[in-house]
Amino acid sequence: MELIIFYVFSALVVLSSLMMITVRNPVMAAFYLVLTFFAVAPIWLLLEAEFLAVTLVLVYVGAVMVLFLFVVMMLDINIATLRKGFVKMLPIGIAAALTMLVSMIMVFKSEFFSVAKYAIPERHDADYSNTAELGKILYTEYLLHFEVAAVILLVAIIAAISLTHRRRANTKHQNIDKQVRVKSTDRLKVIKMEAQERK
Amino acid sequence: MISLTHFLILGAVLFSISIAGIIINRKNVILLLMCVELMLLAVNMNFVAFSYFLGNAVGQVFVFFILTVAAAEAAIGLAILVVLFRNKRTINVEDLDALKG
Repeated sequence: MELIIFYVFSALVVLSSLMMITVRNPVMAAFYLVLTFFAVAPIWLLLEAEFLAVTLVLVYVGAVMVLFLFVVMMLDINIATLRKGFVKMLPIGIAAALTMLVSMIMVFKSEFFSVAKYAIPERHDADYSNTAELGKILYTEYLLHFEVAAVILLVAIIAAISLTHRRRANTKHQNIDKQVRVKSTDRLKVIKMEAQERK
Repeated sequence: MISLTHFLILGAVLFSISIAGIIINRKNVILLLMCVELMLLAVNMNFVAFSYFLGNAVGQVFVFFILTVAAAEAAIGLAILVVLFRNKRTINVEDLDALKG
């Protein structure tokens, strides 16, 4: 039963990734990549990586691929010039990919990765929580790595905003730096005056 | 029964498909970025398979970090692409020759 699920979803993965690299329209390519990610998630569920399967769909598809689709739909792409080298490079691409694939499969089918060395483990009980297991390791042993990952995301935010931010020339805005450094003597001047009679 | 070899071969197939995609689609920057994402997915598949068969959750922790870095890299790559398109009105890699000697 698990074998059937594995074969169905891996066929879906391979077919949709093949469609992604051959289709003409970049929006359709992005959609096929989304389908690839959706089809990989059940395979990870077979491997009892429930948190990662859900994270893949929520974060990778829900945020990163949506970002790709925004950008693809925003840019006005001339598809004809982009497909010019397609037929010329197709045999080279297939040859290189097949060479790499055949050599990798030859390694993976050897006895170093067989069932004798990597036994199929027992399935966990129904109350096994993969998220709890990940949390136990992530927040204790790998805490520093976790914080570094958070800093990486912060850097990504700052970089993306500072790269694409455009300022309109005729709007008035405050300079926060000057604003914060203002002292009372900049705004107010106390003058000593004699009392004068009203004329 | 499914053994480790099945998952490793699936990862290898995904990786080689993404290599073919990079060689075939050399001109289109967006498709290059998407093929890089596919490559990262192939590596993630390997990590998760080994994590299950070795009974160690560290593989899944590493996939967590790979997902983080891939998301950050996709965001910055697309920001660069958007600014590039604003200035040059093209995403053809051959038109990015301003530094050519």
